[in-house]
Amino acid sequence: MVTADQVWAALDELPDPEIPVISLVELGVVRDVRIEGARVSVTLTPTFLGCPALDAMQRALESKLAELGAEPVVEIDRGDGWTTDSITPAGREKLRAAGFAPPTPREASAPHLLQLQAKTFRCPYCGSAETRLENLFGPTPCRSIRYCEGCRQPFEQFKTI
Amino acid sequence: MNERARLLLELADDELVVGWRDSEWTGIAPTLEEDVAFSSIAQNEIGHARAAYELAARELDTTADALAFDRAPGEYLCTPLVQLRLLDWARAIARRYLYEQLDRARIETLKRSDDPEIAALAAKIDREEAYHRIHAELWAERLRGEPRFEQALEELRPYVDAERGATPAFAELWNEMTSVRRSAPGAEW
Repeated sequence: MVTADQVWAALDELPDPEIPVISLVELGVVRDVRIEGARVSVTLTPTFLGCPALDAMQRALESKLAELGAEPVVEIDRGDGWTTDSITPAGREKLRAAGFAPPTPREASAPHLLQLQAKTFRCPYCGSAETRLENLFGPTPCRSIRYCEGCRQPFEQFKTI
Repeated sequence: MNERARLLLELADDELVVGWRDSEWTGIAPTLEEDVAFSSIAQNEIGHARAAYELAARELDTTADALAFDRAPGEYLCTPLVQLRLLDWARAIARRYLYEQLDRARIETLKRSDDPEIAALAAKIDREEAYHRIHAELWAERLRGEPRFEQALEELRPYVDAERGATPAFAELWNEMTSVRRSAPGAEW
């Protein structure tokens, strides 16, 4: 029989399908590993509700659990379980190193325009805070596009939700 | 149909149809940024629809896909505001602006629901909607006072409180939206 630690370690090897530098565990979308005999159940929480990678994540988790010899059960919880604060510190650093600016911490109120225009967003390439919002929306639901005046590069900024 | 299922279907049908209509700008929006924005907003809205259909499907002992695409046109509960085909930028922005106001009021109410699943879904949707509201407000600010935009707001405002259910504009949309599933009944997608 597998232990919870073994399950977590195995699932930490699974890359995010869209940003493979970070694992599903570091992304914070895997919740609640439960072991009952041969059956191992985990809960998967979507990042954005319309994220098309969800089905791929579910299949990847199921095959990984099966590789461990478990009978896999992967339940999807579309409630309010995941926020960008669920990304682990190691995960945030890996995002930054790969050129994706990690999300800023969630504040008490929802994000608003003045905040997105403030000098609190650092360029993942050169570290400058002289960056501006180019587009609230980007190539996937979880990202905005910003531009760095320091190194004159556009970059992708994780939206805080 | 019970009250809970009806509430979920109203939300899901609005989000599916507004997402479908917004996605009609993919590839033809006036700027690349807006092409990306409308496509991304549409993807989010359809994601919200799916989540609400999943909850309704459990209530009604069916599937989310069947609720989204296998009902008769007269069974949809969306607001007439989302049903119109608006391939004119002033009107498309006016609808986005009015729809976000309507949706915000609803989501605020649902967040306080006694039903924990509905309250949690509303809280999740609200996180994403913050960005749709910023987008709508930025555009409304930019176009304020422009005759075409003001006229579009005036034209569309009555639709906000109109009775829910299929209007003549819905027939063509329903046909497009369901044609693939109708072409192969019972197929596994």
